[in-house]
Amino acid sequence: MKLTVNGTVHDVDVEEDMPLLWVLRDEVGLNGPKYGCGVAACGACTVHIDGVAVRSCQTPVSDVDGAVTTIEGLGNPSEMHAVQAAWLEHQVAQCGYCQGGQMMQAADLLANIPTPTDADIDDAMSGNLCRCGTYPRIRAAVKTASKTLREA
Amino acid sequence: MGRVATIARRTFMVGSVAILGGVAFGYYKYKQPAENPLLDDLADGAAALTPYVLINADGITLITPRADMGQGSYSVQAALIAEELDVDLNQIKVDPGPPSKAYYNTALANDAVPFPSTNQSAAANTMRGTVDLVMKLMGVQLTGGSTTVPDGYEKLRVAGAVARETLKAAAAEQAGLTITQLKTERGAVVLPDGKRIPYQALAAKAAEIKPVTDVVLRPSTQWRLVGKPMQRVDMVAKSTGTQSYGIDMRMDGLVHAAVRLNPRKGGDVISFDASTAEAMRGVQKVIPVTGGVGVIADNTWRAFQAVDAIEVEWGDAPYPAEQDQHWQVLADTLDSGDQDARPRDDGDVDSMPMTIKAEYHAPYVAHAPLEPLNATVRVTSARVDVWTGNQIPRMTQANVAKITGVPVDNVHVHILMMGGSFGHRLEDEVVKRCAEMAMALPGTPVKLTYKREEDTAQDFTRPVAMMRAQGAVEAGHVTSMDIRVASPSILDSQMGERQGMGLPGPDATITQALWDQPYAIPHYRVTGYRSPKLGPVSSWRSVGASQNGFFHENFLNALIHEAGADPVEERLRLMTDEPSRKTLEAVAEMSGWGGALGANKARGVAFCLSFGTPCAQIIEITNGEHGIKLDKVWVAAEVGRVIDPVNFENLVQGGVIWGLGHAINSQITYSDGMAEQDNFYDFEGLRIYQTPEILVRGLENRDHVTGVGEPPVPPAAPALAEAIFQATGTRPTEMPFANSFTFV
Repeated sequence: MKLTVNGTVHDVDVEEDMPLLWVLRDEVGLNGPKYGCGVAACGACTVHIDGVAVRSCQTPVSDVDGAVTTIEGLGNPSEMHAVQAAWLEHQVAQCGYCQGGQMMQAADLLANIPTPTDADIDDAMSGNLCRCGTYPRIRAAVKTASKTLREA
Repeated sequence: MGRVATIARRTFMVGSVAILGGVAFGYYKYKQPAENPLLDDLADGAAALTPYVLINADGITLITPRADMGQGSYSVQAALIAEELDVDLNQIKVDPGPPSKAYYNTALANDAVPFPSTNQSAAANTMRGTVDLVMKLMGVQLTGGSTTVPDGYEKLRVAGAVARETLKAAAAEQAGLTITQLKTERGAVVLPDGKRIPYQALAAKAAEIKPVTDVVLRPSTQWRLVGKPMQRVDMVAKSTGTQSYGIDMRMDGLVHAAVRLNPRKGGDVISFDASTAEAMRGVQKVIPVTGGVGVIADNTWRAFQAVDAIEVEWGDAPYPAEQDQHWQVLADTLDSGDQDARPRDDGDVDSMPMTIKAEYHAPYVAHAPLEPLNATVRVTSARVDVWTGNQIPRMTQANVAKITGVPVDNVHVHILMMGGSFGHRLEDEVVKRCAEMAMALPGTPVKLTYKREEDTAQDFTRPVAMMRAQGAVEAGHVTSMDIRVASPSILDSQMGERQGMGLPGPDATITQALWDQPYAIPHYRVTGYRSPKLGPVSSWRSVGASQNGFFHENFLNALIHEAGADPVEERLRLMTDEPSRKTLEAVAEMSGWGGALGANKARGVAFCLSFGTPCAQIIEITNGEHGIKLDKVWVAAEVGRVIDPVNFENLVQGGVIWGLGHAINSQITYSDGMAEQDNFYDFEGLRIYQTPEILVRGLENRDHVTGVGEPPVPPAAPALAEAIFQATGTRPTEMPFANSFTFV
């Protein structure tokens, strides 16, 4: 089947019920989406399908009906998305394992609510677990990214 | 400088000389592979100036042997070297280096002696110095116990200074100048005429001359990096999803593996039927492993699906099957009076009328780092390569040598960045299982990834613990406190069951952070009881202090309440250690302690001295219509020197969140011999919606430097318990608090 990931079309030969996460990681070869729980309880696998954040570990590849963007497609070290730049500025990460998913979720939040309240941030980000406890910095970085995007 | 100036410094200098002698640039003349492991693979024109600095055609690499689990250890180690080497963090690469005795951890000695960390006397320091030497001789290369900074604080700066002075000597010889005419700056030696010779251009020359080991460390007033906000070396990668972890290992011919191990940990495999699994798409091989069965496939998900399709009959657990039985064992242990240690016995506890009594419980808790356990192993007849994230590389090297039969020197352990650990990766069962599977496919790299459910089921958790205490108050003050605590032994489980070593004395983790608290309570006794073996256990962020901080401070708060005293004032009155007192004073000042609170608001305070770091916390909550909401936390911690204020704040906030999240929400319980929780929906820690605002202050009121990875954890639970008591009139007696109270 055909899968568009970060602007490139891939032809993958996999079972229909293989979760998108494992197609991205083991077939397409992208490391950005992470495996944390396999049951949509941690958010480390979050990617966008046509701009909407989804848990790729619970999305059968046959259900993917749009273009997939992973954290690698959101921006890169030489050309960062505003969310990534804010994450760097606030030095959000500790182990960093959840942060790709956190950033994908935050980008989705800001696309829908350009100026989120504290409650909006907590609501949108509560599905993304961070075991290191970087939440205070995530809140601050979301606000910085919001400002950057509005001023752009 | 107390200890550092006396024994440890001497020990350290001796150690340095040995290391520095082997630093030997010249891998011809001075080559001593056991001393400087970097010399083994050195190319012509490259210089390994100490075991911590490698300069070659690729640039400057700083060796940061303490593993990075997210705590920023690579950055902090690199900064200490770079401070004296005169390079900036954006000019260097970091590499954890090979397993080697050269990277022994001296600071582990601090918690291995029977003196509290506040005791900087000659006797205490002499014993620390002796244990330091033993650690060095054994080459204990371990990341843990909040030791990375105290261990490296001098050693790494000396390493940087030795490399810098040797590069200057090389430049002097090359340019026909004297060393005193030269300066160093941003990775280059600067000649009097302003000409810059990059360090790389001096590597070949430096490799030929004798290292300059007589160096003087710069005073802190001249520091460029240490103490100032830094950008961690891993931050760009971790902000763009480009950081690679163990689970991301890829290489030609790599196959994917999964395992199912007996969820009754340590129980037998009676039989299994893999016929369905073997017929599934992508499955290449089914391999029995110790305690279970594994599958090799061409894709991780296919391996997961296949192991789940194996029918297995599991044997019984080698511990009680039901959780109630575990609690009963602890109660029986306390009743038996068969004590493991009584490290504190002040005054005359037995003569006091102990009118206030309490029993508190702390459950098993899992580590559950977000990156599940994984390892990649490739076995050939000549050598074995292991790629994994792990805190004990030399033990892992030895364990893999034993399993594969390949000599230990031919087992190459490559330590990778970890997606969290919290003590999880002090255990290497995943590497052992992977090695067993890789043995069945010689030459093929096998990557074993644990399913989340497997990671939880197979965890060596924090032990269950039970405290019984009694105390007395008189004339408005706390006068007596007698704490008895029982738990299974972490050290017996780690060293005994897994490493086949005995435990010669008491297990100090059972009474950790109970006996050495800096309080002058007149009648004050601490007794530890080691229960018979229960569920397998290990070190969990802050180890014994995580449950004992809750026990001690929750009970002290109960006594202070009975005395009718203020919990900050009474602690300050009882405290015997000036830096501890200043820590508590700082947090009281930050929070405006004693001021009026809003409607339905309450506060609690707690203090814990652990891993040598005094840490005090005050939490404010609202007891609302729908439940308890955490509003704000103030934290102060005394570490002697804050290396990077940004990372310091992040780690302290994370430690508080770790302590609160598990105190509120998390437990592992056993039924039918198996953990009843298996994923983040039933074991979740704290999520962002429950996270309070957290204000942090790092204190530098004393000379000796201590770590901060663990010390913010223990005070969080008892501070919250006190706030809950103030808000509701009911004192929490067992974690997780969500079993008894509602949180929003």
